[in-house]
Amino acid sequence: MNVTLRVWRQANAASEGRMVTYQVQDVSPDMSFLEMLDLLNEDLTVSGEEPVAFDHDCREGICGMCGVVINGTAHGRGNSPVPTTTCQLHMRSFEDGATIDVEPWRAGPFPVIKDLVVDRSAFDRIIQAGGYISVNTGSAPEANAAPVGKLKADRAFDAATCIGCGACVAACPNHSAMLFTSAKITHLAMLPQGQPERKLRIKNMIAQHDEEGFGGCTNIGECVAVCPKEIPFDTISQLNRDLISSLFSRDGK
Amino acid sequence: MAVTGLLLIAFLLMHMFGNLKMFIGEEAFNHYAEWLKGLSEDGGILYPILPAGWFIWIFRVVLLAAVVLHIYSAAKLWRRAEAASPSTYEAKRKLAQTYSARTMRWGGIILAGLLIFHLAQFTVHAALTNGSFASTYQSSAYKMVVGEFSQWWMVLVYAIWMVAVCMHIRHGFWSAFATLGANTSPRAKVILDACAWAIALVLFIGFMMMPVAVLFGWIHF
Repeated sequence: MNVTLRVWRQANAASEGRMVTYQVQDVSPDMSFLEMLDLLNEDLTVSGEEPVAFDHDCREGICGMCGVVINGTAHGRGNSPVPTTTCQLHMRSFEDGATIDVEPWRAGPFPVIKDLVVDRSAFDRIIQAGGYISVNTGSAPEANAAPVGKLKADRAFDAATCIGCGACVAACPNHSAMLFTSAKITHLAMLPQGQPERKLRIKNMIAQHDEEGFGGCTNIGECVAVCPKEIPFDTISQLNRDLISSLFSRDGK
Repeated sequence: MAVTGLLLIAFLLMHMFGNLKMFIGEEAFNHYAEWLKGLSEDGGILYPILPAGWFIWIFRVVLLAAVVLHIYSAAKLWRRAEAASPSTYEAKRKLAQTYSARTMRWGGIILAGLLIFHLAQFTVHAALTNGSFASTYQSSAYKMVVGEFSQWWMVLVYAIWMVAVCMHIRHGFWSAFATLGANTSPRAKVILDACAWAIALVLFIGFMMMPVAVLFGWIHF
């Protein structure tokens, strides 16, 4: 199949970007979206043009590195029948001869580095603010020493599947990172290991979230619609519940 | 945002219920209006816990504070969202958001503007469109409401305003509970959404019944 791509080209963070149109020929419907971009880059390299820069790593949908906005939806969720990362979106999801818009995540805290690559270190700083537990590491504890109820374990695991790709921020009309932050909060709040720092963690992570310049959540739900890991909407309410109760406890309690 | 919004929804439910007194008759409606203001013979609402006429002013101050805080929070959220959006997408496509959710901000401005008109019309009596309160309506709240809503375009303006208000509540009610931590599961979201629809519909129907009845002459002088 052949497709027409309109790709965001931007030389570096300081320069102006624009959409550039490319034709990509002989695309296999079984190629992933990133393999199709590889094909485009091979053509560009042969013709002496600068290849399109995009983030990618595992290409198995589990690392959170890739992510572009395709036809107006993060990871091309609007074209995909199932929740997906960009690397797991296949060209069979598009019509032969289709025109496809490809843009980077757009959000103030995610500045474009080059073309489709954005700087997501704001997420790292939110994690550094409290998305961890402080324990003395050693040998792994005996599995049954700290029992966790099945429902809580499931909830923790559902939240822990967040890969930090940033699609939630890209899709949010407010550019809020609430779904990301609430996934981390819920993951640790459901487990016994997360309890000692639970109240302090939420204050610090929310403070860092706001410090990074992300918008506020207004419960619109675009984040949940594009999340490749289907982080549940209710994690945001979990975060709000914990935040409200943390206001009634001293720091560190 | 959530707390003040829910407070205002509670007020609207009470206001709507009070408006339905128009169906009972002039005496009942006017007594209710005077009772709220502490002008009735029995000293009005909460008398003698509060001196006559105090309740309405305390109530107005609380409502005004709620509106001001609600607008302040909204403006802050809007500013933060603008600051976080340096550029927009070339291709735009929405997957989840409802029309109500998308129009919370501009819709809120429109309904706040019409609220000012509404207060100038029925509370201050400065913007009555079909007569004057003292002479045409003989200082009767009932006659004033009938006189104003016997104009078809007034009912239309009111209906448009109520659509804006109820759409705001359709997203606002569910969103307020989500913000307060009540969206605990996908099932809870379905229930909260259904409640939001129910409240919005009850308010719309409840508020529109009386003006429509006036327009068709079922409620008259």
